[in-house]
Amino acid sequence: MARKITYQQAINEALDQEMARDPSVIVMGEDVAGGAGAPGDEDSWGGVLGVTKGLYAKHPGRVLDTPISESGYIGAAVGAACNGMRPVAELMFIDFMGVCFDQIFNQAAKFRYMFGGKAKTPVVIRAMYGAGFRAAAQHSQCLYNIFTHIPGLKVVLPSNPYDAKGLLIQSIRDNDPVIFLEHKALYTMEGDVPEESYIVPFGEAAVVQEGDDVTIVAFGRMVNYAKDAGTSLRKKGVQCEIIDPRTTSPMDFDTILESVERTGRLVIVDESHPRCSMASDVSGFIAQEAFGALKAPIQMVTAPHVPVPFAASLEDLYIPSPARIEEAVMRVKEYR
Amino acid sequence: MSSILTVTMPKWGLSMQEGKVNLWLKEVGDSIAPGEEIVEVESEKISGAVEAAVTGVLRRQVAQPDEVLPVGALLGVIADADVSDDLIDDLIARFQAEFVPPTDDEADAGPQTQTVQVNGRQLRYLKRGDGGTPLLLIHGFGGDLNNWLFNHEALAASRAVYAIDLPGHGASTKVTGAASLDDLADAVSGFMEAVGIASADLVGHSMGGGVCLALTRRAPQKVKSLTLIASAALGSDINGAYIDGFVAGNTRNALKPLLAQLFSDAGLVTRQLIDDMLKYKRLEGVDEALATLAGGLFPAGRQSAVLADVAAASGKPVLVIWGENDRIIPVAHASAIPSARVVVLPAQGHMVQMESAGEVNKLIGEFTS
Repeated sequence: MARKITYQQAINEALDQEMARDPSVIVMGEDVAGGAGAPGDEDSWGGVLGVTKGLYAKHPGRVLDTPISESGYIGAAVGAACNGMRPVAELMFIDFMGVCFDQIFNQAAKFRYMFGGKAKTPVVIRAMYGAGFRAAAQHSQCLYNIFTHIPGLKVVLPSNPYDAKGLLIQSIRDNDPVIFLEHKALYTMEGDVPEESYIVPFGEAAVVQEGDDVTIVAFGRMVNYAKDAGTSLRKKGVQCEIIDPRTTSPMDFDTILESVERTGRLVIVDESHPRCSMASDVSGFIAQEAFGALKAPIQMVTAPHVPVPFAASLEDLYIPSPARIEEAVMRVKEYR
Repeated sequence: MSSILTVTMPKWGLSMQEGKVNLWLKEVGDSIAPGEEIVEVESEKISGAVEAAVTGVLRRQVAQPDEVLPVGALLGVIADADVSDDLIDDLIARFQAEFVPPTDDEADAGPQTQTVQVNGRQLRYLKRGDGGTPLLLIHGFGGDLNNWLFNHEALAASRAVYAIDLPGHGASTKVTGAASLDDLADAVSGFMEAVGIASADLVGHSMGGGVCLALTRRAPQKVKSLTLIASAALGSDINGAYIDGFVAGNTRNALKPLLAQLFSDAGLVTRQLIDDMLKYKRLEGVDEALATLAGGLFPAGRQSAVLADVAAASGKPVLVIWGENDRIIPVAHASAIPSARVVVLPAQGHMVQMESAGEVNKLIGEFTS
């Protein structure tokens, strides 16, 4: 039965239920149990923000604290996946992925292809992304577009607790490497989540609000900002159709195309930098496939092409806001 | 004494917080009788008509088409013809001044579903109303207690009405056991014992009608009357392609044309309705439960159990309601019980209790009073 829990609890519950269901599922990462020598649940952290709290005691021997060496333990997770385990490795911040690009891009992503389909690599790499925490330029990025670029990886961006649980369960059961990205600002978001296990399939966008005037495609946390903008715009008589792709690889372009062919107007909201981004990706796709349907130039609402600022006043300006989304919608709505 | 009554935005389902006014079905000055449809409203899940609870004249249409209003907001005013316009204007002014839209927390504070353990299975149910002879609402294959969205509250005006999720459905345990109407009937029987219902008026839709018949056979003392809506187990025909497609369907595109077959107005199959169905179908165990049930109850496009004789032999009063254009179970089955009162509603489909809620509520109300 569904009840309200947070995004963070939904992720914890997905891990817990999959560990109970399948003994090959293990969790590994920095401080996911509680640091070396921690006796158990009570004083364990469960990761830097407590997402894996409680799993160490419930699943003895299957929650592994690792050294602070991303290149080491991500490689170990990929290797374990090749040998029959289903590791869920927590890489804390997506910003740290750079030190293990070879393990991810050149090894995990390539095995199934290069071994003629005989190898599978069912590893999940969880990481936090996103700005808004005064954590400065090295702990605030949205690098999902970089992983989306690599064939062989699947990339997941849940925007709410229901999707977080269902997509994580799908990620763990998937036989390909999955990059599962959690926005720090969403951990406290509450929503209806069934107690039972369930999956949300990859490559199926959610239409979170229907409308015929303007299509908004938004990613991760930005879905919630788009909803705020959509509610405000509805009171002004502008009906937005808000699409949450939920996974950027595979990507449900069909739902976006079908919507833009109806509305003729597209706003894309992406917390990442604008160059080579999900925003430019969707924009390019629609320009190619639905040029004839467009009634106004496509608008991209993104962060600027600068590092995430540490100054609070600048960081607040950096992140796309509901107000900026509203402005962009009105620009395409009123374009002549 | 003359009376003035407000018509307000209804709350259909536990999650509804606002609704859109689609269209007024009555003009200002029209006489209104209880059960008549006054205004059509659309929630994000479904659209339906607000029905009058009283006799009077529609005096004001306060809400305009396309307006989006919170639950409880003023839509219109019904009053006797002799009530002065001033009095009505006063009431509207006072209502609007005092009306506070419910906050999220308050919206959640309405009637809540409960659960009960029956033979190792957890069953979810929603109780509305108190007293009188209890009435039980039992949904069909792949349905849940929300199938009674437009009936539950209206029927519960002066009595206790329970809607349950059968095993394998809604938020009840997804294990279905023996995949027979008898097994489901035993779950309902156990539910009645668990919540302290000695006997009840039973209302079953589709497969739920078959469950009511099976319960009548197994525990007749628990049954006061039977209302069978587009019921299973009254003949062996059934739309096997629908059943098989519904069991297998796991995407929006697969489910949409199937769900459209349930309704006479395909526009009722909203994106939200399909999304909710997908959410249910993706719960662990549902695929298996539905496949098991379909295999037991509707193998190879036929109904395995025909219990029309049970109804006749039981001596219980029976009301049969059917939609004339039912595309799931043929309307010809409506005449399977010779002693029953039979009402066939023209131009209606399988989900007749939703699409023609006012008429169905009136029929059930009169039949069970």
